[in-house]
Amino acid sequence: MKHDNYFKITLPALSRNESFARAAVSAFAAQLDPTVDKIGDIKAAVSEAVTNCIVHAYADSPVVGVVEITAKIKDDTLYIKIRDKGCGIDDIKQAMTPLFTSKPEEERAGLGFAVMESCCDKLKVTSTPGKGTTVTLTVRLDKKELA
Amino acid sequence: MSVELISRDNGIVAVITGEIDHHAAAQIRTEIDFALERQTPSLLIFDMSGVTFMDSSGIGLILGRQRITESYGGAVAVKNPSPCARRIITLAGLSTLIIEGKKENKNEAR
Ligand SMILES: Nc1ncnc2c1ncn2[C@@H]1O[C@H](COP(=O)(O)OP(=O)(O)O)[C@@H](O)[C@H]1O
Ligand SMILES: [Mg+2]
Repeated sequence: MKHDNYFKITLPALSRNESFARAAVSAFAAQLDPTVDKIGDIKAAVSEAVTNCIVHAYADSPVVGVVEITAKIKDDTLYIKIRDKGCGIDDIKQAMTPLFTSKPEEERAGLGFAVMESCCDKLKVTSTPGKGTTVTLTVRLDKKELA
Repeated sequence: MSVELISRDNGIVAVITGEIDHHAAAQIRTEIDFALERQTPSLLIFDMSGVTFMDSSGIGLILGRQRITESYGGAVAVKNPSPCARRIITLAGLSTLIIEGKKENKNEAR
């Protein structure tokens, strides 16, 4: 018998939560019996998306913002949604261009989206300026054994 | 994450162990920059053999230190990066900074 599975967490947008966020998603993904490389991919992609919420989305916010992470497993595919209610992105195409960063003074490399793209099968970014951003990462995992 | 700084000849080796993300990078940066300011080493080597996780914040860390060392004629290199670190470094087009060599050991420092 197969059931879809999911979890949802919300975290304050604090940098000390970056490691917890990627660990939580990779622990959830473990039920699909991923390879060590796949776990590394998932951790890197989640880390990039969550860091962007912390570094960019709430950069001008007077209060600590919220990051919402939803992960869903359907068949052998993991869908991860990382959402903030921050400043949004005016020009998504420009934002996703490798090496583009709006914060060079903070030593951002402008490679977050490039890492997400290379680590996932699919990357979708939707954003409304002033309202927030949602990044959806899709990772296909070839289950060694269907439960 | 831990960072250990080893001075030898006119270089500094920064042995980074554990996870390099945006949170950890801030601390690593502070420790290394303090040493750079005092010693202006001609070569800063990041020993990344013990890095268990790295995202693009690690690239910002390397490039930021490269900017500082180059400002006084120095350079940076990345020694024996672990597979996950190597992957991000290669993706960033920085594989020319990678060097291979003997594992750093503090006890052998002069
Ligand atoms: N969640 C977000 N909210 C607002 N802006 C964002 C968000 N994510 C990314 N951006 C914008 O997209 C740019 C590129 O992101 P990225 O590729 O991760 O590079 P970096 O984080 O190093 O700047 C950022 O500099 C920022 O301007
Ligand atoms: Mg980023």
